[in-house]
Amino acid sequence: MTARARLAVFLAAAAVIAAFFTAECTDLPPFGTDSHPYGERAVAAALDRRTANVVSSVNFDIRAFDTLGEEPILFGTVLGATLLLRQARDERHRRAEAERVMPTTRLFGALLLPVTLVVGVYIVAHGQLSPGGGFQGGVVLATALHLAYVAADYRALKKLRPLAVLDVADSLAAASYSLIGLAGLIAGGAFLKNVLPLGTFNTITSGGTVPVLNAAVGVEVACGLIALLAHFLDQTIERTDPDQQRYGDT
Amino acid sequence: MGTWVFLAAGWVLLIALYGLVTSRNLIHAIGCLAVAQSSTYLLLLAVGYRREATAPVYSDLTPGTRPVVDPVVQALALTDVVVGATVTALLLALTIQLRKRHHTVDPQALIGLKG
Repeated sequence: MTARARLAVFLAAAAVIAAFFTAECTDLPPFGTDSHPYGERAVAAALDRRTANVVSSVNFDIRAFDTLGEEPILFGTVLGATLLLRQARDERHRRAEAERVMPTTRLFGALLLPVTLVVGVYIVAHGQLSPGGGFQGGVVLATALHLAYVAADYRALKKLRPLAVLDVADSLAAASYSLIGLAGLIAGGAFLKNVLPLGTFNTITSGGTVPVLNAAVGVEVACGLIALLAHFLDQTIERTDPDQQRYGDT
Repeated sequence: MGTWVFLAAGWVLLIALYGLVTSRNLIHAIGCLAVAQSSTYLLLLAVGYRREATAPVYSDLTPGTRPVVDPVVQALALTDVVVGATVTALLLALTIQLRKRHHTVDPQALIGLKG
């Protein structure tokens, strides 16, 4: 199909989508409406379970089963990237070089890395109270580690990153989510039931299983993301490009 | 304003699809896919919006004093972001493989199957 024909087909399809979408939008409840029946019930349920952050309550308590389905997506991506980015037959391993870094950059990294790690743990631990949680905090934790790469070099990052340990931690965290669900089944009669004591509203121990599930997800996201980025970085930094040897291009 | 916010989400989707269809570089196409996905964030958050309302977080808000926006669609948007990030990561890994095996990242140059 030529580019012109493809564009013509797209424009026809886009016109149909636009027409139906516009027609449906006019039938939606008005923007900013006062009637949010699901939202109001979710807020009531979250307050009932003493979880201050209603979004966390929806994700890890009311819809905890859906988040159980979301976790293997992340796990599968890490597995898929590991498989896709493995060393090919015509590639050679090359040791990462030590890089020169400006002293100010090095200082910036050395100061910011521990602060970012603490912020990551804080966001995971306070997921039931304030905006944040396992997914968001896990990303901050994984980013913190990569400050070592920005402020020093790839060798420094590799020393800070025990990949074998992280892979095991990733799997254990993914499994622990289901185990917490099974604990709910045994203790409370329903899978992923919030069986832990609910604690006092607006304190770090409130919310029952929400902070526990947040911690499991936080560990999984942090370890999974570090492993994922490790494969991409290995590809760029530690592999020779067979094309470069063959054609001499860049 | 009314319906325009929902229509904006549709516009973002269509402009991203246009980018996908005319793309000459797979990295650019993955970016277009991310834009297409962000249209769903816009739609979800627009559906959950309530006038004069604040975030559904009660750590610094006494329950019942102010209306809050719909937390259910916000949780869905979070799921959406996670799935979007994983899809982008996998597609980028596939693009690296393509570059290695076919020596191109132009989707319109990928015509033959190769074993």
